[in-house]
Amino acid sequence: MAVEVRIPTILRTYTGGEKAVTGEGASLGALIDDLEANHPGLKERLVEPKDAGPDLRRFVNVYVNDEDVRFLGGLEAELSDGDQVVVLPAVAGG
Amino acid sequence: MLRIDQATYDAIVAHAKRDHPDEACGIVAGPEGSDRPERMVEMVNAAGSPTFYEFDSSELLALYKEMWARDEEPVVVYHSHTATEAYPSRTDIGLASEPGAHYVLVSTREHGNNEGAVEFRSYRIVDGEVTEEEVSVVDHLSPEE
Repeated sequence: MAVEVRIPTILRTYTGGEKAVTGEGASLGALIDDLEANHPGLKERLVEPKDAGPDLRRFVNVYVNDEDVRFLGGLEAELSDGDQVVVLPAVAGG
Repeated sequence: MLRIDQATYDAIVAHAKRDHPDEACGIVAGPEGSDRPERMVEMVNAAGSPTFYEFDSSELLALYKEMWARDEEPVVVYHSHTATEAYPSRTDIGLASEPGAHYVLVSTREHGNNEGAVEFRSYRIVDGEVTEEEVSVVDHLSPEE
C-alpha cells in the first residue's frame, strides 16, 4: 500500500533533498512511523507528545487528498493505496 | 539583497495600511530559483489579530498547489506589525519555515490606516538566525536573463 508524501523545503534535509517520498501505513500515524524508519528525524518535526498522547505539531499542516487531517482524525486519519499526502508548515508568526 | 519593483512594494504597503490594526500577510511568488518576486498574493490573516498572523490552512494548500503547478516558490513572505517595529518577533523566528525566502516586515505603527511613511525591512531567517538585508526598490525588475 503506497502513499505519496510531498515534503516541504525545510524538511528535505531528512529526505536527501527529495520533494516527495513514498511510504506505507493504514493511518497517518502508521505512515509517519514508516517514513521515520527511512528518514530518521522526520517524525519529531511532525509529531509532539501531548497529554492525551502524540499529536501533530500545532504549526504543521498535513493534508490527505487536499483535506486537512485535523478534520479527518489527525494521526488516526485512515489512508488508502494511492492517497496523496502533503506536508506544509504553517505560514504564521506574531 | 531584496530587489522588488515599485508596484509590488506599494501594494504590500497598501495591504498593510488597509488591514491595520490587524496584521496583514501574504507572499510574492516567483519562478523557482530566480529570486524574482513577480506575483503578489494577498492572504487572509486567519488569526484576524493585531499580534498574530496565520494563513488559513486550506488557502495555504491552494496557494502552494498553484505555485507548484507554475514552478514557482515564495520569494517574499510578508507581514505587518501594527504596534511594534518592523523586526521579526520571537514567534516569527521560531515559525519561519522558508529558508530561501525574503521575510519582509512592514510596520504601520506610526500612521496606521493613513497616508505616511512606513518601515519596510527585509530579512533572511535560517535556523533561527535573522540577517537583515538591503531593500532595493526598482521601477521594474530587469528582463529575465
